[in-house]
Amino acid sequence: MFEIFGIPSQALFGQLLIGLINGSFYALLSLGLAVIFGMLNIINFSHGAQYMMGAFAAYLILQYSGLGYWAALIVAPILVGITGIIVERFFLQWLYKLDHLYGLLLTFGLALIIEGVARNYFGSAGLPYTVPESLQGGRNLGFMFLPNYRAWVIVASLTICIGTWFVIERTRLGAYLRAATENPTLVRAFGINVPRMITLTYGFGVALAAFAGVMAAPIYNVSPQMGSELIIVVFAVVVIGGMGSILGAIVTGFGLGVVEGLTKVFFPEASNTVIFVIMAIVLLVRPAGLFGRRA
Amino acid sequence: MKKSIGLAALAAVLACGGANAQQVNVKIGVLSDMSSLYADIGGPGSVAAAKLAIADFTKDHPNVKVEMISGDHQNKPDIGTQIANQWFDTDKVDMIIDVPNSGVALAVSQVAAQKNKIFIVSGAAASTLTGEKCNANTVHWTYDTWMLANGTGKAMVKTGGDTWFFLTADYAFGHALEADTAAVVEKNGGKVLGKVRHPLNTNDFSSFLLQAQASKAKVIGLANAGGDTINSIKQAAEFGIVKGGQSLAGLLVFASDVAALGLPTAQGLVLTETWYWDANDANRDWTKRWHAAGAAAAKYPTMIHAGVYSGITHYLKTRLAMGAGEHDGKSVVAKMKSMPTDDPLFGKGEIRADGRVIHPAYLFEVKKPSESKYPGDFYKLRATIPANEAFRPLNEGKCPLVSG
Repeated sequence: MFEIFGIPSQALFGQLLIGLINGSFYALLSLGLAVIFGMLNIINFSHGAQYMMGAFAAYLILQYSGLGYWAALIVAPILVGITGIIVERFFLQWLYKLDHLYGLLLTFGLALIIEGVARNYFGSAGLPYTVPESLQGGRNLGFMFLPNYRAWVIVASLTICIGTWFVIERTRLGAYLRAATENPTLVRAFGINVPRMITLTYGFGVALAAFAGVMAAPIYNVSPQMGSELIIVVFAVVVIGGMGSILGAIVTGFGLGVVEGLTKVFFPEASNTVIFVIMAIVLLVRPAGLFGRRA
Repeated sequence: MKKSIGLAALAAVLACGGANAQQVNVKIGVLSDMSSLYADIGGPGSVAAAKLAIADFTKDHPNVKVEMISGDHQNKPDIGTQIANQWFDTDKVDMIIDVPNSGVALAVSQVAAQKNKIFIVSGAAASTLTGEKCNANTVHWTYDTWMLANGTGKAMVKTGGDTWFFLTADYAFGHALEADTAAVVEKNGGKVLGKVRHPLNTNDFSSFLLQAQASKAKVIGLANAGGDTINSIKQAAEFGIVKGGQSLAGLLVFASDVAALGLPTAQGLVLTETWYWDANDANRDWTKRWHAAGAAAAKYPTMIHAGVYSGITHYLKTRLAMGAGEHDGKSVVAKMKSMPTDDPLFGKGEIRADGRVIHPAYLFEVKKPSESKYPGDFYKLRATIPANEAFRPLNEGKCPLVSG
C-alpha cells in the first residue's frame, strides 16, 4: 500500500475504475452524437432528451407491460429510434443544405419541448427504477467494492462502441455511409438509396442515446432533466475528440471519464468544470479536436 | 336636471369609494424552482398551496383583495435577484414567498431588506437566514438546517452513529447543513472523520461514495437535497454501503424524494420534517384540496408547500389587522412577530425576534414496503420534538437584531 499525492493507492485505483465506468456513459452518448454529426452534419442537441426518453421508456415498459430491464434494453432503443426517424423525416431532412445552426436550433427546441412535456406529466423528482435481480450485488476486488451492474456497464458499452466503430469503418455498409456523406450525388448514381440510409443513421444515433438511457435508469435518477445535465459534458467530449471522428468520441469519452474521476479525488469541487477547461485548451492547441480531420 | 343626476351619481360613486377605503390590497409573488431539481418539493405545488391560502382567507374576509404571480428562479441567485428586483420595483409586489435554494434565498433576503419589502422563506434551509444574515424584512418559516441537524443528527448519534463522513452540496445550503450537523455530532460525543463537497446537481456519486466507504465512518451524512439526495441514496444501495455496515443519514429528505426512490430503496431512512400529509385528518383533507387547486395528482405535498400556505395565511391576517393603506416591510414583519401564528396545518406557534418561526418538529422513519398500506403511506413517527427545543436557541444565532 503506497500513497500517491496523499491518497492511498487502493483508493486511487478504485477511483480510476469508477472513472472508466463513467467514461463508458460518456463514450456511448458521444458515439451517437459523433455518428450523427459525422454522417449527417447535424448538431443533435436533442441527444440528451432522447437519452432521457430511453430511460423513461424503460420505466413505462416496466409499468405497462411488466417487461423488465433486459427486454427494455432492446425495445426502448427501437421505440425511441422510431421517434428519431419520424423527426428526421418531418423536420431534419429540410435542413441538411443549410448552416449547422438551423439543425442545432431545431433539435434544441425539440429537447426543450420533450423535457417540458415529461416534467408536466411526471414531475421533476424522478421515478423509481431498480437494478435487475441478476445484476444486483457486487464483488470485493480488494481495493474497492465493484457493483456487478457497473461492471456490466463497462462491458456493454465497450461492446457497442467497438461494434459501431467496426461497422462504420470496416464494413461495406459503413463504407457506403461514409461515401454518401462525402458525395451523395455520386453514391446515388450507383443506385444506393441515400436518403433512406441517412434516415436510418439518424435513427441509429438516437437509438444509441436511448440505449445509454436504459443503462442509466437503474443507477441514476430517472428525471426529465437527466439528459440536460449530461449533454453539455457530452458535447465537450465530442468537441475534444473531434466532431466527426467515431474513434475520437470513444477514446475521449473513456479518457475524460478517468480525468473527471481523478479530479473528484483531488479537487472535487472542480469536477464539474475540468472537462471544459480541457476543451478550452484542446481548442486552442488543436482546433479540429484530438482525432478530428480538418474540414 | 341632467347635471344634478350626474352630480348625484358622482356622489354615490364617491361614497362607494369611501366604503372601499377599508379594502386591503395585497400582491404576493411565489418565487420557486419550477423546472429543475427542487421543482417537486416547491415549484407548481407551492403555487397551488398559495392559491388555497388566498382562497381560504378571502372567503372569510372579502374586503381583502389578493393578487398572486409566480416565477422561476432556476436555482440561480442572479436570476432570483433580478426577478425579485423587478417584482418589488415594477410589479408592486408586497411579499415574496417560498424560494427553495438557500443561495437564492440569501440573495433575495438582501433585496427585500434594501427595498423594505417582505420575504417569507418556506423552501430554503440555511440557518444563516436567521443567524448572521438575518434582517428585519425576512421571516424563515418551515424548517432550517439547525432543526434538521438537531433532529436527524442527534437521533443518529444517540443510537450509536458516532463517526461521520459528510457528502456535501457545494453551496450555501450544503455548507450550513454540514456545519450545523458537525456541531451536533461533536457536542454529543461523536467525531467527524472527513467530508467531500460535490457540485450542485451531480449525476454520479460513485467516486464520493467510494471515499465515504474508505473513511470507515459509521454514518455517511448526506448534506444535500432533491435530485442529489436521490442519486446518492440510489447509488449507495448499489455500492452495498448499508450492507457493509455503514448507515446513511438523509439530512434533508422529502416525501417526494421517497416517492422517487421507492420504498424498497428508501426504507429505514430516518428524517426530520415539520409537516407530513398523512399525519392527521386535517392534513389529509388539505392534501385533497391541494390536488384540486392544481397540483399534479400523483404528487404528495411537502412541508414546504404547507409552509407557503401557513405563511401566506399569517401574512394576510397581519395585513388585515393593520388595515388599509401602504405599510412598509419592516412594520408589517414587526406586526407579524407580535401576533402568534395559528393555522390548521402547523397548529400554534410564534415568530421570534430573529425572524425564525417556531413549531414542533417530527422525527420520522421510512416504512418498509410491507408496512405501507396505500400509495403515499411513507412514514412512521419516531418522536416529536417540542417547538422550543426544535430550533436553535435565540442567543446562539449571532443575529444582529437580537441584542446580547
